[in-house]
Amino acid sequence: MASAPSKLYQDDVSLVVALLDTNPFFWAAASLPFSEFLHHVIPFINSLLLLNQLNRVVLIATGTSSCGYIFDSGDGNASGNSNAVCSGIIKKLEDFVGKDSKIGKGSNGDGTRPAISSLLSGSLSLALCYIQRIFRSGTRHPQPRILCLQGSPDGPEQYVAVMNSIFSAQRLMIPIDSCIVGAQHSAFLQQASYITGGVYLKPQQLDGLFQFLAAVFATDLHSRNFLRLPKPAGVDFRASCFCHKKTIDMGYVCSVCLSIFCKYHKKCSTCGSEFNQAAPDSTIPDQKH
Amino acid sequence: MELLIELSQVIIDRRPRKRQRLGWDVWPENPMKLQDVDGYIISDFSLTTNRTEQWFCVLLVPARAPQQIGFLYPDSGIAIRRSCKPFRVPTNSTQRSLSLIPATRIRTIGTEVQKLTGASSILPPSPSLPLRVEVPFIYLFLYLSSLHSDPKQNLIRYKLFLSGGRLEVGFDKNGGNKRRYKNEERFVFVPNDPRSLMKLNVEFKNIKGHKFSKDGSKQALLNLTQDPEKGTGYIFEFDNFTDRNSCRDFVGRVLGKLQSVPGRPNEQSVPEKSAGAPLPEQLSAVEMERRIKLLREDSELLRLHKQFVLSGVLTESEFWATRKTLLGEDTTRMTKQRPGFKSAMLADVRPSADGRTNKVTFSLTPEIIQQIFAEKPAVHRAFLNLVPSKMSEKDFWTKYCRAEYLNRTRNAVVAGAEAAEDEELAVFLKHDDILANEARRKIRRVDPTLDMEADEGDDYIHLPDHGILRDAQKDTAETETEVSRRTLSQDLNRHAAVVLEGRALDVELGDTRTVAEALAWSKQELLSKEKSEENVNLEKQEKVARMTELEDLQAPRNPQYASLCIKDPREYFDSQQANALRALGGTEFGTNSLDLNLSKEEVYRHLKEQISEAKSRGLRNPIIRPDTALKVFSGLSQHLSSTRFQLGKNSQESALDRIPHRTKDDLMHHWTSIQELLRHFWSSYPITTAGLYNKVQRVKDAMGQIYQKLQEIKESSQSDFRHQVSLLVQPMLQALDAAFAHYDSEQQKRTAKSGAKPNGYVR
Repeated sequence: MASAPSKLYQDDVSLVVALLDTNPFFWAAASLPFSEFLHHVIPFINSLLLLNQLNRVVLIATGTSSCGYIFDSGDGNASGNSNAVCSGIIKKLEDFVGKDSKIGKGSNGDGTRPAISSLLSGSLSLALCYIQRIFRSGTRHPQPRILCLQGSPDGPEQYVAVMNSIFSAQRLMIPIDSCIVGAQHSAFLQQASYITGGVYLKPQQLDGLFQFLAAVFATDLHSRNFLRLPKPAGVDFRASCFCHKKTIDMGYVCSVCLSIFCKYHKKCSTCGSEFNQAAPDSTIPDQKH
Repeated sequence: MELLIELSQVIIDRRPRKRQRLGWDVWPENPMKLQDVDGYIISDFSLTTNRTEQWFCVLLVPARAPQQIGFLYPDSGIAIRRSCKPFRVPTNSTQRSLSLIPATRIRTIGTEVQKLTGASSILPPSPSLPLRVEVPFIYLFLYLSSLHSDPKQNLIRYKLFLSGGRLEVGFDKNGGNKRRYKNEERFVFVPNDPRSLMKLNVEFKNIKGHKFSKDGSKQALLNLTQDPEKGTGYIFEFDNFTDRNSCRDFVGRVLGKLQSVPGRPNEQSVPEKSAGAPLPEQLSAVEMERRIKLLREDSELLRLHKQFVLSGVLTESEFWATRKTLLGEDTTRMTKQRPGFKSAMLADVRPSADGRTNKVTFSLTPEIIQQIFAEKPAVHRAFLNLVPSKMSEKDFWTKYCRAEYLNRTRNAVVAGAEAAEDEELAVFLKHDDILANEARRKIRRVDPTLDMEADEGDDYIHLPDHGILRDAQKDTAETETEVSRRTLSQDLNRHAAVVLEGRALDVELGDTRTVAEALAWSKQELLSKEKSEENVNLEKQEKVARMTELEDLQAPRNPQYASLCIKDPREYFDSQQANALRALGGTEFGTNSLDLNLSKEEVYRHLKEQISEAKSRGLRNPIIRPDTALKVFSGLSQHLSSTRFQLGKNSQESALDRIPHRTKDDLMHHWTSIQELLRHFWSSYPITTAGLYNKVQRVKDAMGQIYQKLQEIKESSQSDFRHQVSLLVQPMLQALDAAFAHYDSEQQKRTAKSGAKPNGYVR
């Protein structure tokens, strides 16, 4: 298999893949209405395109049952004035939401608990695929980065998929910036930004969202070297046990799936592996820092 | 209280020391008559019996003098006979002064002697003798010496002493003879046989150290070293380890107390230097050299050595004891780093011509010659064939240079003519067939799937205005003679191959012949290795098959691994989220902050409404109210400036990179020092000897000093970095604290023990 050719970057050209959270459950209750949100985001996208003629912006919507490309400035037909961009985005969004709701209806009948988390892993994968495609075409590449505009809470069931995406981004040296517009922090994105060297920000004042976006997330990667951007407060890497969610210094680690427990279990609750050995030597549990 | 430890049947053994000086002054009150054997090798000894069924020891002394026989008599010494003529076995009547050991006792001696010396020719005592003998007191003194040039000097003496008796230590004698021994002042050895001369009464202050054999080893030995300079001392062999250990512990404590008193006036004329160091070892010159070399090569080691050994914290031997592997490795590892060939081409062996005559001078160094051999196998072969059988080495090289010169000047016609005349010269001018063979062999090994077209674009030689300039001439591929058909690129490739291969042999440059032979030898080895890899062909075919296979035509491959089945990946997240949110100060947990009461249709309708609202309104102008923007901006700036000092520029950056260089270096150095000291500290426990006790003291003091320094660094660092520095210093201080705590608790135990039993061990 042909590997991706070595990358030659144009240091002042950016490829920004923005992931837009379109979780209807979240927006129904959000303090910032979705229309307001769009009024901040679309001008930001326009300003990104203004910063450099060669800049490229891709918008991906993160729904609850599907993800989709909303906007690609490199499309050719998307060019034009900002109003055209705006109406184009809104039209595509409309289509997407309609489709998303239909898919959701098909798979998830009423009465069952609705899927409330957005498919972050899906949109991250789409973004990475897009960037990979750019990498494999042409000789000189814009510097890619991913911006997550996330509102809804993390979906725990996506853990493995999201972490895989994060590690792929780390390998490809693509920073993942996160801007949290919801009420609570996102453990996923905090990790993602920390691991990939991106910026994690949770604006306190959502009516000034555009100002946050423009001040923190607009600069290209090269310029970031000279700027002092908000720093992650550091990720707490201490392990906490899966059974009580307590932070522990010593614990038992499942040899199959690396789940951590504060006391000995006969069966791993995460992967179902059975440990049929005799009672453990209680004096020397696996150490985990 | 008379006796604190009574050990039945203790055997005293005085064994060889490296030092050559005699140690006979151990019992000055009872000098042994041993002068007779001074300077003679006792090659063998045997035990024999005389007619009166009494045993004695015969020592054969084949020295400069004709064979001599020494008789070793218990209780008295050795008598030497000056010939090995059949001698009359001394009897009690002839050697009145000697009390010969009865035959019943001698078997024990024999085996003991055999055990200690490895001698083989001890006559077996007659089988009629009882095996189990009770030996109240036997001793046998065996004295061996070997001579070098001067029989009176350079003697290596072997001393062997066997005795039975009691060792008394730590006794308190308030006897009637008005002599008052304080306990812990001396030890006494009382032989079981009152006639024996082996009475010992030695003060502890004359003892400099003690050693002992490991528990469970063959013999329970205790060695009290009297004078490390002279290598004298007392070796006691005990019946069992419990006796030995109790004795050892006592002695260790006494010695520790004695030696911890500094500046004690020494009755003996022991040099002040050796008082601190319990046992300076005898180092051979080689050993010393090796250590010096190691220190020279490793600056870190040198620094530690300077810091601890020169300042007296650790002794030389202690310092090196932990680095035995370094010293040992050096002896076994003979291959050292070898420099490779120069990357400059051999073409640079330029002839130098003086302007006046027509003479052209080539200068060849052994190094160049080696390189020539490596790069030009034909020359190498010719050298092996011709020198020195057909021509001298000088002639050979002259011819070679001549050929080189002809080649260089591109005087093809002359070269051809000369080659026709002189077949030896022709060797150098001809195309190198060995190289050609080698190239052919290599081509056969080339991966057949190699894409030759891939680097076609790199070929500049055939483009106009490109090519290689050599000696200011263009090196064109088209020349008429066979010789010059070897292009420069071929030469370059050959040279590159040789440089990459490196110097395979490790021979002293200089003698050209040996260099040539060694090279030939190593090449042969290589060839045979290659031949053995004939099955490479098979592998190659497999590889071709693999490379040319079409993926689409293959059956789907099953993964080689069992796929991981995770019942519930949520668990991973939950455990992590708890921490993450805690770190960020978020209070909301879980995912139930969303309003689940809303139905799906409702929420989607809401969202669609929002979108259409945005659509209808279009873009707003201004996007954001100026005052809000200002608020956001100042809020961000404030946040950034407040976090500036807490966190570094980059999350990946280590804390060490941020603190000043000086502080960093200091910290690193202290850390290595602490590691060294701690290693010594912990390895000294349990403290069994006075030496260890002293060492722990010294090491502890040194650690205290470093502790002070660390505190200073911590306090003197700038406020910006103080937090970082203290974080770095913390583990070091903790490690030191642990050591200090251990030291204190041991010290307490020690004092508690001796307080409970002021007299040592009570039976």
